[in-house]
Amino acid sequence: MQSNQAVGNTSSLIEEIIDKSGQPIELCFQCQKCAAGCSMGRFTDYSPNQIIRLIQHGLIDKVLDSNMIWLCSSCEICGARCPNGINMAEVMDCLKAMAISKNIVSVKNVKKFHDSFLGSVKLNGRVHEATMMMTYKIKTMDLFSDIDLGMKMFVKGKLHILPKRTKDRARLSRVFTRTANKQK
Amino acid sequence: MEFSYYPGCSLESSAKEYNQSAMAVAKALGITLNEIEDWVCCGATSAHSTNHKLSYALPAINISLAQNAGNDIVVPCASCYSRLKKTDLLLRNNPEERKEIEDIADFNYEGKLEIVSVLELFAKKLPKEELKSKVKKNLSGLKLACYYGCLTVRPPEICFENPENPDSMDTVMKAIGAEPVRWSYKTECCGASLSLTATGTVNKMVARIVDMAAEAGANAIVTACPLCQMNLEVRRNESNSNMPVFYFTELIALALGIPECKDWFAKHIVDPRQLLKSLSLI
Repeated sequence: MQSNQAVGNTSSLIEEIIDKSGQPIELCFQCQKCAAGCSMGRFTDYSPNQIIRLIQHGLIDKVLDSNMIWLCSSCEICGARCPNGINMAEVMDCLKAMAISKNIVSVKNVKKFHDSFLGSVKLNGRVHEATMMMTYKIKTMDLFSDIDLGMKMFVKGKLHILPKRTKDRARLSRVFTRTANKQK
Repeated sequence: MEFSYYPGCSLESSAKEYNQSAMAVAKALGITLNEIEDWVCCGATSAHSTNHKLSYALPAINISLAQNAGNDIVVPCASCYSRLKKTDLLLRNNPEERKEIEDIADFNYEGKLEIVSVLELFAKKLPKEELKSKVKKNLSGLKLACYYGCLTVRPPEICFENPENPDSMDTVMKAIGAEPVRWSYKTECCGASLSLTATGTVNKMVARIVDMAAEAGANAIVTACPLCQMNLEVRRNESNSNMPVFYFTELIALALGIPECKDWFAKHIVDPRQLLKSLSLI
């Protein structure tokens, strides 16, 4: 990996993130096109280019503690416009994985949502929206928001009581087992 | 034309009308869509945000199931499309990861199938005059803000047209007699799955999109994504607009004279029937 711009232990951090994300973050020259287009930039503590700058300075704790990595909606505007071909959404996914492995999750609701979603997939093979949302609400103890919306959807036949489950759950189970704790 | 069809989880539930309209329109246009037997969830944002390998292994299962039939895979949901297309590109171009994903998902990747979004199918694969020749009712008077969102057009390597200023949906809407407006928010993000986790933020993002569509002179928004459609309908508290949000396939169905479209319109959280009646379209 070619991250020879960095010095000291920042070099190994940059190399680790380049390796895990597959993105050439050492090429970032802070043009801020990503920041200009960022869908979430108005709501987050750092912009995408600032996240890269923090990594270049070896300030990984600040990065992992940032709400940006969890509020990033993966809209992929940043990557589409980057003149250096850095797909920032991939970098964000890599940083989320690092944060999870270190048990530093700054926006806990988002992680709880992902857990509820994948829990439903693991159980049924497909997401069952009604139970997935209930699981999320119990995990976050946010029991009352969107109740009126849920009722409207139910009345309009958009939420089913029973899940549609896939048949080959043995294969599904193998996939979940083989990918558990297997971060790139 | 015959394809394998991957509906995805939303289309079985909250976005039923997208599924039913896509199937009905395909049938009316002589396109056969065969639902992939025993398909599994693509993993969506939750898988790629938390587990890299799982996010490729789940779509790989669906590609392996479709390989038996040998037809290209049509996908209506923008998020499912993105995950399947990204997985196909990884399996095609990265031998090391391909071997690993093949071992995880128990299959051999053949690389013979193309992943096609349902928008791409009707806008690019279908001969141009085919749709126009079957229109029974021109949707004149319907001024539409065509909203593409994120994952149909980005990243550029999975996109089938200009990622900054796409026009495939505009072209299809023109072919059925509707009037797309020019606006700048075609490819903005609706907030996607943050709708449940950061609702206040998503309310602000959606209000801006809906208000800009109104300012551009549209009387409805049209989408090709179940999550965009849902968010634009239900997270607009900070906007005063009551403009409806259609799936583009519902409007094609209306133009083709498919009677079931009335049932689909009744399912919307923001009821579009008053607008359609005022334009004498239903």
